[in-house]
Amino acid sequence: MSDPKIEGYQFKPGFRGMVDDTASDQTMFKGVHWGKAMMWIFLLSDTFVFSCFLISYMKGRGSTPVEWPNASEVFGLHVFGVDVPLLLIAIMTFVLITSSGTMALAVKYGYEKNRKMCGWLILATAIGGLTFVGMQAFEWSKLIHEGVRPWENPFGAAQFGSFFFMITGFHGTHVSIGVIFLFIYAYKTFAGHYDEEKRGWFTSMKGNYVEIEILGLYWHFVDLVWVFIFAFFYLW
Amino acid sequence: MSETNKKEQTTTHKIGIYLWIWGLLFVLSFFSYMVDWYQFQGMLRWSLILIFMFLKAGLIMAFFMHLFWERYALVNVLLWPMTAIACFIFLMVAEFEYTLFSRLFYFFVGGVQ
Repeated sequence: MSDPKIEGYQFKPGFRGMVDDTASDQTMFKGVHWGKAMMWIFLLSDTFVFSCFLISYMKGRGSTPVEWPNASEVFGLHVFGVDVPLLLIAIMTFVLITSSGTMALAVKYGYEKNRKMCGWLILATAIGGLTFVGMQAFEWSKLIHEGVRPWENPFGAAQFGSFFFMITGFHGTHVSIGVIFLFIYAYKTFAGHYDEEKRGWFTSMKGNYVEIEILGLYWHFVDLVWVFIFAFFYLW
Repeated sequence: MSETNKKEQTTTHKIGIYLWIWGLLFVLSFFSYMVDWYQFQGMLRWSLILIFMFLKAGLIMAFFMHLFWERYALVNVLLWPMTAIACFIFLMVAEFEYTLFSRLFYFFVGGVQ
């Protein structure tokens, strides 16, 4: 994570260090596990996928002369006799941030070799993610019930539905995949695969708590994407 | 200059920093929800949404994803491609304004008969 030590290599900070690392005729990302570097590259490409979705949403919304549906009404909930705007989305945001926080702590406890604490926190993260997906399923079925389709909806511009289902669907898929992996990793942590350096099932790589950080990167990325979807799709 | 016997010594950070960032993320999310609750409109709304969004994204990337502690070689590889996205946004803004203009123009003025 920080302060890597490689024998015989002088680490320099800042841009000077960046030039040295890049030009060292060796591994460029010093002290970064290859799996972590690959996860970052994957997340970078995924950033481009989500950017393309959000940019096409911007173009679709900007170029239609028909009025765009008012998100705070469309996604509002009627609870206890009052209309609360965007209530479900706010709860979903808080659930996802909570699970992001537990994941960050799981990474920390993992590196401290605190197996139990790490496992419980990963499990908490997985349950948070599952709650999020559940609420998203509720939101989808509510909107489908109200007549929102990819090609039409009763609230305004017809493009609304296709962008909504595409963007939140793709994000929900990411969350679901993350939840599956969180449960697997929670099991692997509790079973002590990282303490015993047991080899994995995808690779023959020795088990190491760095895998928790790699999983954490993916999970934080899912939260990061939600920050942008929340801002542009629900609040804008 | 061999990397053969690199023994990764992973140092962790104090729990306080994570809890602080976690708390800040809650507060910022609450603020961005309040933007909708109080129905701010116009420039105030857009700027508040963008400020809270970038603050949240920055905190998550810097501390939860540890970019603040990573070496510049990795950080720069990850962040410079974002300028391509910024260019793409700029191009598509020009494009949607043109599309909207031509739609409205032909709806109301009509084409050459």
